[in-house]
Amino acid sequence: MKLHEYQSKRLFAKYGIPIPKGDVASTAAEAVTVAAKIDGNVVVKAQVLVGGRGKAGGVKIAEDKAAAGTCAEKILGMEISGLPVRKVLIDEAVDIDTEIYLGITNDRIAKCPVIMASAAGGIDIEEVAVDAPEKIVKEHIHPFLGLKNYQTRNMAVAIKLPERLWKQFDDICQSLHNVYTTSDATLAEINPLVVTKVGDLLAVDGKMVLDENALDRQGDLEQLRDSDLETVEENEARRHGLSYVALDGDIGCMVNGAGLAMGTMDIIKHFGGEPANFLDIGGGASAEKVAAALRIILKDGRVKVLLINIFGGITRCDEVAKGVVYAIDEVGVDVPMVVRLVGTNEKEGRELLSSAKLSTASSLADAAKKAIALAA
Amino acid sequence: MDANTKVMVQGITGREGLFHTQQMLDYGTSIVAGVTPGKGGEIISDKIPVYDTCKAALEVNSIDCSVIYVPASFAPDAILEAADAGIALVICITEGIPVSDMMEVRAYLDNTECRLIGPNCPGVLSPGETKIGIIPGHIAQKGNVGVVSRSGTLTYEVLYALAQKGLGASTCVGIGGDPINGTNFIDVLHLFQNDLETKQIVMIGEIGGSDEELAADYINKFVDKPVVSFIAGQTAPPGKRMGHAGAIVEGGSGMASDKIEALMSAGALIANHPEEIPELLARKS
Repeated sequence: MKLHEYQSKRLFAKYGIPIPKGDVASTAAEAVTVAAKIDGNVVVKAQVLVGGRGKAGGVKIAEDKAAAGTCAEKILGMEISGLPVRKVLIDEAVDIDTEIYLGITNDRIAKCPVIMASAAGGIDIEEVAVDAPEKIVKEHIHPFLGLKNYQTRNMAVAIKLPERLWKQFDDICQSLHNVYTTSDATLAEINPLVVTKVGDLLAVDGKMVLDENALDRQGDLEQLRDSDLETVEENEARRHGLSYVALDGDIGCMVNGAGLAMGTMDIIKHFGGEPANFLDIGGGASAEKVAAALRIILKDGRVKVLLINIFGGITRCDEVAKGVVYAIDEVGVDVPMVVRLVGTNEKEGRELLSSAKLSTASSLADAAKKAIALAA
Repeated sequence: MDANTKVMVQGITGREGLFHTQQMLDYGTSIVAGVTPGKGGEIISDKIPVYDTCKAALEVNSIDCSVIYVPASFAPDAILEAADAGIALVICITEGIPVSDMMEVRAYLDNTECRLIGPNCPGVLSPGETKIGIIPGHIAQKGNVGVVSRSGTLTYEVLYALAQKGLGASTCVGIGGDPINGTNFIDVLHLFQNDLETKQIVMIGEIGGSDEELAADYINKFVDKPVVSFIAGQTAPPGKRMGHAGAIVEGGSGMASDKIEALMSAGALIANHPEEIPELLARKS
């Protein structure tokens, strides 16, 4: 779950990381009020969960509160990479001497968190990782030992930070690690962490991503979810315990199992069709779940055919068939359906469906081809 | 693993535990004990004694493997309990465990003799011998194809496709869909390479992480048995988690195309879809 810059910075501040003076605003008037409380220039920054805000014109310097209001007005009306800007962050503009990258994420291969720093701050770290990986210094954080002082010292020396800043840097690294572990984050990034002209470290930007699997125990943080990032359908699916991702095509898919659902999308594409979505109904497949899934898929007006692929292991095919028939009655499906049911009680399942006048298939390839033909 | 492998079920009295214990018993798995804190003294299916703790179960029983059907908030604790009690193999079916918990579990287990398979996995099936987990036994035949997979129902699809063409599995191992797990592809490939029963290998991967790339390198150096692979998620959009916690393309890495390329360079044959796997195996035998 992604957090906005202003949300991440607030959390950072709670854990002792220095951030610029500033606050968030949802209207031009609010922006003026916030800017009035800050001496000197301010930066007006679009709060959207995508990169490239600066390039899109979503980050502007304003000299006074009136200018801040004008900037805010303009930026609040923008869409960046398809996402509407609903809030702007008004921060004091800081005189920057140097920019550093500092971030913590999980290293899947090392199976522990890794903290990374680079003197190439303020730019896309993924580009640095590809073009000049030697510019990034990493230290792995042992799950039991935590982040040790020598590790932050190693990084400080590698990025040529002056010795008088080592203590500040260590404090910020420790605080970042604290907020990372306490919030169950999978990413916590400060890019750039700047050395100001006055000579101190300051977190000018902030980004956090939280582990979806841990949100149950992060009640307060779960409230911060930005529903703009998901479609209404993705949101609804999550609430029903379904996994749904919207795509661009016209063949709707309902499958049990994430790997099989991905495989079904792949096979449709392989035979020349375009999947409209990914949807994993998981195990069980009760009538209500099937109905909820169908409703969600069919909300997409582009769907011309519905492909249902169920491999019944523990899930019984006749139970799924009953769910499909119930759902068709409940939801009212007016697109052709191809149903492929294999596994436990498949015969009983198919019998239930043949009376509902649906197209059936026994192999996955067959089902995909039938669906593609019907969508044409 | 076979019919003699003695299995314990943690979470045996829960809904999933009860259901799958019966399924495993029906298949012929030797289940000798169950653990649910607070339910010690109960008997399941007229013969399986339930204990309050793994330690208590091990005082009176010899146990080779524990399978865990415990909710995500309690599963890490259950894994550690089993490892501490001295169980050599733990299979955790549970989905939804926070990744930070799994990093801790893994860091601890690396200093013990305990091997973990999973979490978020369907378990292990040795057709005709034993099933430890939730893989439906009746869809698979016994044979000499070793199957290792990150997926659940996609694995069943592959076992079924093999059986349709008269091919069978020696052992099927589900390593699960989480980003941090107990056993990876290389671990299983190593076992298959040294297993007399296994003559060919099927590897089912998906987007996210670099386990398949690391496996490709291992295959290049150490595996001479034929490998056929299917990688799910070629059509997955970047940045989106596709169901499994570990199935996500991030920052340009974890893409299906990279995995396919790596495996092809290692000499593996790549199936465009699961039903192609049997014919690719036939080509290589």
